[in-house]
Amino acid sequence: MSNRTHERQNPAFYALITVLVLMSVGPIYLMLTTSLRLNVDVMSDASALLFVPTLQNYETVLCNVLWYEPAHVGYCDPTFGRALGNSLIIALISTGITLVVGCMAAYALVRFRFMGRGAMSLTTLMMRMVPPAVLLVPVFGIWTFQYHLDGTHAGIILVYVAMNLPFVIWILQSFIVQVPIQLEEAARIDGANALQVFFLVVLPVIKPGLAAASIFTFRIAWNEFLIANALLDRNSRTVPVTIVNSLTEYDIDWGVIMATGMLLAVPPIIFTFVASKQIITGMTAGAVKG
Amino acid sequence: MTSAGMKRMTPYMFLAPAAAIMAVGLLYPIGYMVYASFLDWNPSQLISEAEGVGLRNYASLLGDASFLESTAVTLKFSTIVVVTEMVVGVGLALLLDRNIRGVSVLRTIFILPMMIAPIVVGLMWRYMYHPSVGIFNQTLKGWGLEPVPWLSDADWALASIIIADIWQWTPFIFILALAALQSLPRSALEAARIDGASGWQQIVHIKLPLMMPVLVVTGLLRLIDSFKVLEVILVMTNGGPGLSTEILSLRIARTASEFRELGVAAAMSNYLLLILLALTVIMFVYNKVVDAREAAVRQAAEEA
Repeated sequence: MSNRTHERQNPAFYALITVLVLMSVGPIYLMLTTSLRLNVDVMSDASALLFVPTLQNYETVLCNVLWYEPAHVGYCDPTFGRALGNSLIIALISTGITLVVGCMAAYALVRFRFMGRGAMSLTTLMMRMVPPAVLLVPVFGIWTFQYHLDGTHAGIILVYVAMNLPFVIWILQSFIVQVPIQLEEAARIDGANALQVFFLVVLPVIKPGLAAASIFTFRIAWNEFLIANALLDRNSRTVPVTIVNSLTEYDIDWGVIMATGMLLAVPPIIFTFVASKQIITGMTAGAVKG
Repeated sequence: MTSAGMKRMTPYMFLAPAAAIMAVGLLYPIGYMVYASFLDWNPSQLISEAEGVGLRNYASLLGDASFLESTAVTLKFSTIVVVTEMVVGVGLALLLDRNIRGVSVLRTIFILPMMIAPIVVGLMWRYMYHPSVGIFNQTLKGWGLEPVPWLSDADWALASIIIADIWQWTPFIFILALAALQSLPRSALEAARIDGASGWQQIVHIKLPLMMPVLVVTGLLRLIDSFKVLEVILVMTNGGPGLSTEILSLRIARTASEFRELGVAAAMSNYLLLILLALTVIMFVYNKVVDAREAAVRQAAEEA
C-alpha cells in the first residue's frame, strides 16, 4: 500500500471515483433530460429511460427572442427572454467594474505602505462575510428613498459591485504578491509612472487571477436572487427572480422550468470547463499558502 | 517636492474608486441598518417618519419563539453541514491524493455543483425529492419500499436540505484539502516512510497536523458561508413545513417582505452579523497566531 505504486490502483479505488463522478454529475444530467421532455412524459409513471427528446420547452421559454414562431406556443410569454437580457447586462457590467476597481485597490494594498492601509485591509476582510440577507433591508430603504435607483440596472449593479469587491480584492492580493518586484522596478527605471507600471506590467502577469476573480464575480451577479427580487421591477427582473416567481405550490411545469434552469446553469458550466484551473487556484489562494 | 507629493498620493488614487463604492454600497447601508434596528418602521413609511423604539426590537426578538427556533435551525444546519463536509471532504482528499491520470478532469467535474446557481440547485433537488415523480421515491418504489416524505415532513425536510448542501459544498473542502496535501513538505513524508510509518500513522501524525492551519481556515470559511445559504432552501421548502427549515436569512427576508417589519428585520440582521463577526475575528486571530508561530520557528531554525 505504499504511495509508490502510481500506475496500478485498487479496483475499489476506481469504483469510488466512478461513484463520486456520478453523484456530482447525476443531478445535472437529470435536469438536462427533464428539460428535454414534455410535462406529460415527466408526470407519467412510464419508463424513465425511453423518451423522445424535444426542444419544445426551450422554445416555450425563449419564444420572444427566437427568429421563428414555434408552432406549439399559443401565447408567448416574453418574461424569460427579457430576464435573460437583463441578467446578461447586469452580470457583465458589474463584473467589468468590480474587476477594474478591485485590482487597483488590491495593488495599492499589496505594494504601498500608507496611512489607513491596515484599516482598509481589515474592512475588506470584514465585509467579505456580510450575507446578502443582511443587506436586504438597508438596500431596499436607501435605494428606493435616497438614491432613487430602484428598478434600474444601475442600482443593482452598484449593489453587486459593492458586494463583490471585498472578495475580489482579497483574491487578487494573493496573486499580486507573487509578481516579482524586480519586474516593476525595471519598468520604473525605464521611466514608467505608477499607472503605466500597473496597467502594462502588473495586469498582464496576473491574468490567471483576473480570470478567477471575474468568474467568481460573474457567478454571484448571475445567480443572485434576494436583492434582485427586492429592487427590480417587472421590466428589469433577472432570471433567478423569474424562476422563483414561476414556482407554484402545485402544478409545476417541470419541463419548462428545468429548461429555464438549464439556461441559467449553462454559462457557469462553460466557464468551469474552460477555466477550471484558474477557478481552483482562486479558490485555494486565500486559504492555502505556498 | 511635487513628485514626492504625487508619490504619496498614488496609493490613495488606486484605492479611491473601491473605497467610494464600498462606502456608498456597503458601509453606509450597514450603518443605516444599525440605525433602522432601533425604529418601528414599515416599508410604506419614509425612514424619517419611523418612530424610535430604543432596544425594543432586540428585546422582543429574544422572547420571540419563532426567531429562537430559526436561530436553532440555523445553528443545527450549519454545524451538521460543516462537520459532515469537513469529514467527507478531507477523507476523500486523503484517499484520492495519488498520482493518477485525469485528476484535473476529476477536479473540474467536482467543482460543477458549486458553480451552478443556488436557485438551480434548489430546483434540481426539489425535483429529485418530488413525492411521486422524483428519482428517490421512484427508486424506493422500485425496490418495494415505502416512499419518504422528503420535503413535507419536518424532520425529513431539514435532513433533505442538509443533503443538498453537502452535495453542493463538499467539493469545496475536498479541493482545498487536496491542495493543502499536495503542498506538504515532501521531506517530512519521506522521513516518515523511511521510519516505517504505516499509511494510517502517516495520516494521523504527519499529514493531518501539517494540514491543520489550512483545514481550520477552510472550515471557518465554510461555516461563514453556510450562514449565507438562502436560495437553495427558499426554492426547496421556503422554510417549511412549519418553521422546520427556516434559517435566519430566510426569516429576515420574510420579516421584511411578508410581515413588513423592517426594524425587526434589521435587528435580526444585526444578530446574524454579530455571529459572523465573531467567526471572522476568530479566523483573523487564528491566522495571525499561525503566522507568528511559523515566523518564530523559522527564526529559531536560523539561529540554531
